[in-house]
Amino acid sequence: MHIIKKPSREEAREVMPDIQRRNFLKQLGMGAAFVTAATIATGCHKDDDDNNMNGAGISLGSGDVAVLNYAYALEQLEAAFYTQVVLTPYTGITDMELDFFKDIRNHEIGHREFFKAALSTNAIAGLEVDFSSIDFTKRASVLATAKAFEDLGVSAYNGAGQYISSSATGLVYLGLAGKIVSVEACHAAYIRDLIEPGSFAAADVVDANGLDKSRTPADVFNIAKAYIKTKINTNTLPK
Amino acid sequence: MDLFNIFREIEKIDPDVYDRLDSRRNAMKQFTNISGKIALAAIPFALGSMFSKAYAQSGSTSVADVLKYALTLEYLEEAFYVKGVATAGLIPTAAATAAITNIRNHETAHVNFLKTVLGNMGGAPASPTFDFTAGGTFPTVFTDYNFFLAIAQTFEDTGVRAYKGQAGNLSGSNTVLTAALNIHSVEARHAAHIRMMRRALGTLGASPALKPWITLNQSGIATTAVNPSYAGEELTTQAGVDIAALGGNIGANSASEAFDEPLTMAQVLPIASLFIKS
Repeated sequence: MHIIKKPSREEAREVMPDIQRRNFLKQLGMGAAFVTAATIATGCHKDDDDNNMNGAGISLGSGDVAVLNYAYALEQLEAAFYTQVVLTPYTGITDMELDFFKDIRNHEIGHREFFKAALSTNAIAGLEVDFSSIDFTKRASVLATAKAFEDLGVSAYNGAGQYISSSATGLVYLGLAGKIVSVEACHAAYIRDLIEPGSFAAADVVDANGLDKSRTPADVFNIAKAYIKTKINTNTLPK
Repeated sequence: MDLFNIFREIEKIDPDVYDRLDSRRNAMKQFTNISGKIALAAIPFALGSMFSKAYAQSGSTSVADVLKYALTLEYLEEAFYVKGVATAGLIPTAAATAAITNIRNHETAHVNFLKTVLGNMGGAPASPTFDFTAGGTFPTVFTDYNFFLAIAQTFEDTGVRAYKGQAGNLSGSNTVLTAALNIHSVEARHAAHIRMMRRALGTLGASPALKPWITLNQSGIATTAVNPSYAGEELTTQAGVDIAALGGNIGANSASEAFDEPLTMAQVLPIASLFIKS
């Protein structure tokens, strides 16, 4: 007996125009579900467009595309937040703080635009954010939100690595997630130290084994949804 | 008994053995099929090899090898901070002592965690003995606080890059991959904090331009001996996408900062071996 081998996504890119790739990726998702049926609910791959259980909202796609769109959504949120922070700096902001917020904004824009380019026609649309709970004039409000976003981002990437496939393309994406998550961790450490010096890796984020947090996509969206107006169909995300 | 011989024997029977082992579940299934065809005495060894292979489905490096490599680096960091915290007069303030102690505790936790995991996979290697002067190259490492922090930063940045370089080898081994990622981001938190500790010491010689993140391949450290730990960090193109030109042109500095680069074992081991006495 031979294990069914998944076609490499690289090969798929070369032979298919973008417009067909989406459908092809769906089939890849179904192939993966067949190979590892015990761990993946096949129902998730039947229809990733609109009509899943509670599936109102834009679809993230399936397989690696869904994971990348998930990251793209979080980077959109972060980039929009820091763009606003730099546009309307809080009262009493120092030169160093403003400089570093500009850096962080640039990093998040870099991440966001990277995912947009990498996903090409599979990318979800731009999200509408809801920052009505944030007082951008107050340092405490901005820093608390920044800390929440950065720690959330770290835990999201840490938790998502296992959902990325082991195909040649999947390994590239895993590598890229790794390249990004350590930058988010640096942001998190810096922001935490701004709020409370020495809290860069405090016990609320690092456990007794010295491990950072990981969160499932469902947990992440549950926290992030307070800041995202656009409805997102999370049914196709890995569980 | 030579494990590689056993594996070559299995390959003779089943040339597709590597392709089959794409998950632990499949490894178990396939082992049942193959085990009828090889000598009974060889089974435990074959099983061990297959599990290592199954854990590291991308091929070249087994999960156990990755973890042993990680443990070596954690031993290095732990011993460095243990000695630093224990050296009277080195760390000047209570806040700095608290931060370095916190970091030391994390490295100890990583050592213990990895030893436990490896203990379940055939055994963990003992700690090497270290010489943090690197054979006399860094004689002031435990007397010059600024230099102590510079080496701490280098260890943290190297550790981050080393874990990052192994993610692919852990793909498919979900529990181990996630644990490695959870360690990786903690090392990055350490690195960011130490960079800011160094920035605050501007008058002692550290670059005042230091940021919590790595700009291009700049270490902000005077000695070029640390350069191998920063080589390649200046990358501004990711998977064919020119990051510097994105989003209304964020520029090369931001583009390099936004993505940290991995180091391979072949790049990291010479760095670590500078400090390994035996």
